[in-house]
Amino acid sequence: MQTEIIIAGFGGQGVLFAGQLLAYTALDNDLHVTWFPSYGPEMRGGTAHCTVIVSDEEIGSPIVRNPRAAVVMNLPSLDKYEPLVREGGVLVVNSSLVDRNPDRKDLSAIMIPANEVGEEIGDKRLANLVMVGALLQRLPVLTVEAVGQSLRKHIPEHRRNLLEANIEALKRGHALAAGEAVSA
Amino acid sequence: MAKELLKGNIAFAEAAIRAGCEAYFGYPITPQTEALEHMSKRMPELGRVFLQAESEVAAINMVYGAASAGVRVMTSSSSPGVSLMMEGLSYIVGSEVPVVLVDIMRGGPGLGNIAPSQGDYNQIVKGGGHGDYRPIVLAPATVQELIDLTVEAFDLAEKYRYIVVVLADGSMGQIMEPAELPPMKPVRKPEERPAWALTGAKGRDPNVITSIYIDPAVEEEFNLKLKAKQERIEANEVRYKEIALEEAEIAIVAFGTAGRVAQSAVKAAREEGIRVGLLRPISLYPYPYHRVRELASKVKAMLVVEMNGGQMVEDVRLAVEGRVPVHFYGRMGGVVPLPEEVLDEIRKVHSGLAVPA
Amino acid sequence: MAEEKLVESLIYAKPESLYPVGTHYCPGCTHGVAHRLIAEVIDELGVREETIGVAPVGCAVFAYNYFNMDFAEAAHGRAPAMATGIKRVSPDKIVFTYQGDGDLASIGMAEIIHAAARGENITVIFINNANYGMTGGQMAPTTLPGQKTTSSPLGRDVEMHGFPIRVAELLSQLDGAVYVVRRSLHSVANIRKAKKAIRQAFEVQQQGLGFSMVELLSSCPINWGLPPVEALQWIEDHMLPAYPLGDYKVHPAIAKKPTR
Repeated sequence: MQTEIIIAGFGGQGVLFAGQLLAYTALDNDLHVTWFPSYGPEMRGGTAHCTVIVSDEEIGSPIVRNPRAAVVMNLPSLDKYEPLVREGGVLVVNSSLVDRNPDRKDLSAIMIPANEVGEEIGDKRLANLVMVGALLQRLPVLTVEAVGQSLRKHIPEHRRNLLEANIEALKRGHALAAGEAVSA
Repeated sequence: MAKELLKGNIAFAEAAIRAGCEAYFGYPITPQTEALEHMSKRMPELGRVFLQAESEVAAINMVYGAASAGVRVMTSSSSPGVSLMMEGLSYIVGSEVPVVLVDIMRGGPGLGNIAPSQGDYNQIVKGGGHGDYRPIVLAPATVQELIDLTVEAFDLAEKYRYIVVVLADGSMGQIMEPAELPPMKPVRKPEERPAWALTGAKGRDPNVITSIYIDPAVEEEFNLKLKAKQERIEANEVRYKEIALEEAEIAIVAFGTAGRVAQSAVKAAREEGIRVGLLRPISLYPYPYHRVRELASKVKAMLVVEMNGGQMVEDVRLAVEGRVPVHFYGRMGGVVPLPEEVLDEIRKVHSGLAVPA
Repeated sequence: MAEEKLVESLIYAKPESLYPVGTHYCPGCTHGVAHRLIAEVIDELGVREETIGVAPVGCAVFAYNYFNMDFAEAAHGRAPAMATGIKRVSPDKIVFTYQGDGDLASIGMAEIIHAAARGENITVIFINNANYGMTGGQMAPTTLPGQKTTSSPLGRDVEMHGFPIRVAELLSQLDGAVYVVRRSLHSVANIRKAKKAIRQAFEVQQQGLGFSMVELLSSCPINWGLPPVEALQWIEDHMLPAYPLGDYKVHPAIAKKPTR
């Protein structure tokens, strides 16, 4: 069983890191995984995306045309990946930066005001993990708890002060996607 | 050692360090620069040599010098940079010093782009620099293979006193996958440097590292020696991987990233009932001609998939010698073919088989 | 007749650092002088067995046939890069390059500039004879304005080909270069001064101070179309005004002790 996830947004929104976190979690849970980034000449502000494939067997191609899920952090990413998600797949949209609803009715789609939620926790840069939390509610390929554990294990020392806020972001995203009441 | 999540560029650099690489000379170029950056931090930590050269031309000649002094040495670059290194490669072969080069290919010709490509197959596999030689060329398709082949490259380079190129595309440099690094091997002690190396002529006749043989008869003698070396390499160093070739009607031949994309397509096609398998050459020189030829007598058609306009396909056709049709599917410009595209090609080839001749 | 006791006194011998062979250099060419000076210095310093030379592409391409020590033959212009590779992995060895003006100042300009800028602890012996010798006397970066060569048959036209490059002056501007001088091989007195400079350059390397280069004005009688003695005179008349002799960079760290 193979699950493909595309995470896309502006450079600087942490899409590559979000994908790496999923990849670390898959590794820590003895799954096969590939993380494949877009890489461009610009260091900041351009579009960025990565493809994460998680599987219980050897992975061939590290990229696919039709992923099982897309996490889109901005409007260009929604425009690009909404048509590509496999039928019945998952689409997580950052409604903080996207002013339209998805057109497709055959997807499990959810709008998450990730920037605002991140700001509530303390930093809008936490939006990426809010989105990951929401994704894993709809696509339980890994658990939020497992992601939290892997984050704890792999976070660089100089970022350790952000650990709890990141874990909170994952939980909040998950709860939002589950439709649970979330206090501001 | 346990598996770690490793980026290709970091993985091969660290693998080289663990293989006892004593010196690295390089120049930044996307998409392999993380390797140079990794070396810039790790090599001095370990008391080894890292130097950022003023150009790829200088880098490969520094490598040439360090190799002449008898240490394990490498460089890495990407297509335009490797073009600049071709002069040095030729001298390295002409002087019989062991060198490892990792080429993380990108789109071309010219400045091209920084996306993954296999457009330099002909350049690297057929020689590259001037003169009569072919480097040993190893093509990984996973981060683990990139690690293992980099380590092996050092051994092969020394075994044959030759240039070994690890040829991968940009996606192999940028991808992250779980992989295991080898244990750390110490660098060679100064007194363990090979007898032919430039170490100062203390108590022995001077050593000379040169590639000039001004007398044509002597040069030819050297050429014959190189040729004999290449024959040994061809006899002993062919490497490939086979997937689902049992009972196959169609054999795909693809290397590196194109190979693993094809692997996904083979799986999907098998699920549709199409009997297709994959031969993934790992050594591009020496090329597995023999195995391709054997397959040609077993399958009804072949499909070559490459991230170029059709370069390795010529070697497949040389081996097949017209026994079965050899189809080609390629993407260029830094576009990585999708498994779905390759599956479509497999279906086309398969439906062609059904048509009576 | 009283028997006179003959006392044998050796006043001239081939240095151990040179093989006892003839060279392929043209009659009257000063490459042989330059080789000998280097070999004498290496003998005097007692470092033959620790020295690794790097030969250029040019007339001295076969230098390793004459120098009795470990030697590498570099690609055209790349000797400083190759020497860098050798020196970095063998910092206890003495590494020198021997390069001509086409090799060093044209095709190898990037390599020499950066080796100097890095303060690479190598010694460079630079033979400036104002033309490409090996390929038959073409224009070099050091060819003088108006000088006729086989590729500037009407004389070097600076409007078309630009101006000669003064390498010693150029390299002396770089912080990594600690000893950069120009000497000439056109007379006995100058040859003696050249040897002192070569010795100083090797000693700079022994002391680990950084990059050293000795530029030597040399004759090329065959390609210049002059008899050997006139060729030496031509250096004095034409090259000295364009390429003034002198010490262009002597780092204060270099001991002021006299060299023999």
